[in-house]
Amino acid sequence: MTTRLVPPPVALDPALEALRGEVRAFIAAELRASRWRPACDAWLAGWDERFSRELGKRGWLGMTIPAEYGGHGRTTLERYVVIEELVAAGAPVAAHWVADRQAAPALLRHGTHAQRQRYLPRIAAGECYFAIGMSEPGAGSDLAAVRTRADRTDGGWLLTGTKVWTSGAHHAHAFFVLARSAPPDGRDRHVGLSQFIVDLGSPGIHIRPIALLTGEHHFNEVVLDGVFVSDDMVLGEPGSGWAQVTGELAFERSGPERFLTTVPLLAALLGELGRRAASAEHVARIGALAGRLWTLRQLSMSIAASLASGQAQDVPAALVKDLGTRFEGDVIEVTRLLAGVEPDPGAPSGLSRMLADALLHSPGFTLRGGTSEILRGVVARGLGLR
Amino acid sequence: MTSPAIGIGGEELAALARLAEQIFADRIDPKAAGLEPRYDADLWAVLEEAGLTLLGVPEAAGGTGGGLAASAAVLASAAAHGAPVPLAETDFLAGWLLSDAGLPVPPGPLTATAGELTVVPAADGARVSGRLERVPWGRDAVAVAVLAVAGDGPDTVLVVPGGAVAVEPGANVAREPRDTLLLDDVLITQTAPAPAGARTELELRGALARCVQIAAAAATAVDWTVRYTREREQFGRPIARFQAVQQQLAEAAAESAAAGAAADAAVRIAGADGFATVRAGLAVAIAKAQASAAAGLVARTAHQLHGTIGFTFEHPLRTLTTRLWSWRSECGDEARWNRVAGQAALDAGDQFWHSLTGWS
Repeated sequence: MTTRLVPPPVALDPALEALRGEVRAFIAAELRASRWRPACDAWLAGWDERFSRELGKRGWLGMTIPAEYGGHGRTTLERYVVIEELVAAGAPVAAHWVADRQAAPALLRHGTHAQRQRYLPRIAAGECYFAIGMSEPGAGSDLAAVRTRADRTDGGWLLTGTKVWTSGAHHAHAFFVLARSAPPDGRDRHVGLSQFIVDLGSPGIHIRPIALLTGEHHFNEVVLDGVFVSDDMVLGEPGSGWAQVTGELAFERSGPERFLTTVPLLAALLGELGRRAASAEHVARIGALAGRLWTLRQLSMSIAASLASGQAQDVPAALVKDLGTRFEGDVIEVTRLLAGVEPDPGAPSGLSRMLADALLHSPGFTLRGGTSEILRGVVARGLGLR
Repeated sequence: MTSPAIGIGGEELAALARLAEQIFADRIDPKAAGLEPRYDADLWAVLEEAGLTLLGVPEAAGGTGGGLAASAAVLASAAAHGAPVPLAETDFLAGWLLSDAGLPVPPGPLTATAGELTVVPAADGARVSGRLERVPWGRDAVAVAVLAVAGDGPDTVLVVPGGAVAVEPGANVAREPRDTLLLDDVLITQTAPAPAGARTELELRGALARCVQIAAAAATAVDWTVRYTREREQFGRPIARFQAVQQQLAEAAAESAAAGAAADAAVRIAGADGFATVRAGLAVAIAKAQASAAAGLVARTAHQLHGTIGFTFEHPLRTLTTRLWSWRSECGDEARWNRVAGQAALDAGDQFWHSLTGWS
């Protein structure tokens, strides 16, 4: 029998459609009140603390955090439905994104009771924001090459090093830092890495903006100059940093945000084209996009269901992210050709503006969270090629 | 109108799939494949004996009532092995068309097609004339389930005995029989009015069958290519070690997995809804478009990474790739089916996302 690379298909419980309807109604009300405009890549660029708190009030953040920590004890697929609606709508979810999507699960898996109590209720309320301190100037795809040091001191550690691409560090409250706390074991550089929960207001933290090619400020360089982290702020076990970080990858890579980033643009294109007669060729090109989106959604949902039952999904997640981020770029290309408009970053609104914004953000899609080349390498390993 | 069969699932379905796999693996050696797949009557007899040829047909109509997912599981196995039998045509198409029209489903290998024929009612049935083109396994079928499409007026379902037609042999690029059948004023005694929606359902079922077949053949091609690249050494190492090989094969595997996921979802939805709902129609359209697109990429990658040996008659890779090239164009290619999804997307306009979540 042939090798199965992805988990079996799932059907969403029809009862979830009620939740979906609530989220849609909320989004519609926000749009009617002109609170924000739908944007592509809003989970990176759309920082809106009011919006995050409003989601928190409705119980749509920290959904899978247990109630004892201020969460709602809901299922992975319920959370999935909420997230896909928000990202497809181009809603400004950036402020709480890392906290809800990555920090909270990490705290639940590796955090102490005190750490969970300290952060989880406020994450669920949409009031506590996190950034990720992993990449460094010399360590991107090769994350094990991180050189930020964690040196033992009285009652804790002193962190010294530089992190880059730290999205939102200039607004966030804290970040998880991957640092080397012990030497590698011979050639095994995965040994001796630890994760630390670092308050971004700590003495010794210096944050400098790194502008995107658009001039926008989302990324930062964060210099840690002997930043003290107490023992009770180590995440998980010292030395277990690598396993902890890689254990989260399947969750990060398989989510709907990995293919929905440019759906607001696709919806805008269809709204525009719907009014005119389209050639058979154009209809087919749109159908190819719609079909690929439908398929990606089937894959992503089946992975979410499988992760919920505790199965490792590194290869499927890598596969979906690779296909998904490629799809995100294809949406831009098809929009450009079918709408026949020039991308215009100065337009106040509309398709040409959204096209410009999406295009200018597009290089990031296939780089963040694992480059496409790395992802295909993960799939290749899963196939037994390496 | 078909009412959806509930059918078997879970462990029972898995056991059925294993049984089918065992039958095909035992009886088919891809390395021994001739240039033309010849219908294998012995294999058909074993399949029929095991109750694997009419899984989609209710027991009351002479089938085993296993349901659409069961039909798909067995068909997938058949396609992975290149089984030279009209299983899709019998189970997905003819068995359904005849039983749904209230006509008896004969035993033996069947095929199905739609076509414009002259159908003149007679005392004991109808006298039928015309040409039916590119009928899969036409020359080997004991009977052809024909949906006679009327220009004006209702469609008719006919049971055309194999002996009643003249055959002009034809083939697809895998050399599977795609025959032209000629009827010259033939008396057909088994006829019935076509159920409502039969034309569309026949098209959708054909497309879904090919999805399942393509997904299975593509996955097998990926597996063979993995195995080959791990074994073949050049420059002192297996060629699987080269990143150029890894990246290309990973991409093909991803497209194959996507096609499989789409096919599985379409089988699930059509199994639950039948074929008449909007979402079933879209699911099948999308799955066939995805499968057709994946077929080309997988075939190309498999050949590229097998090198010239994979391009020979002697190597069995051709049994998979020629089928991929054939099946992607049969029952509607990606352009034809992408237009269906595309029109639905355009109809939804800026409410596209809201619409798409309902296509599942």
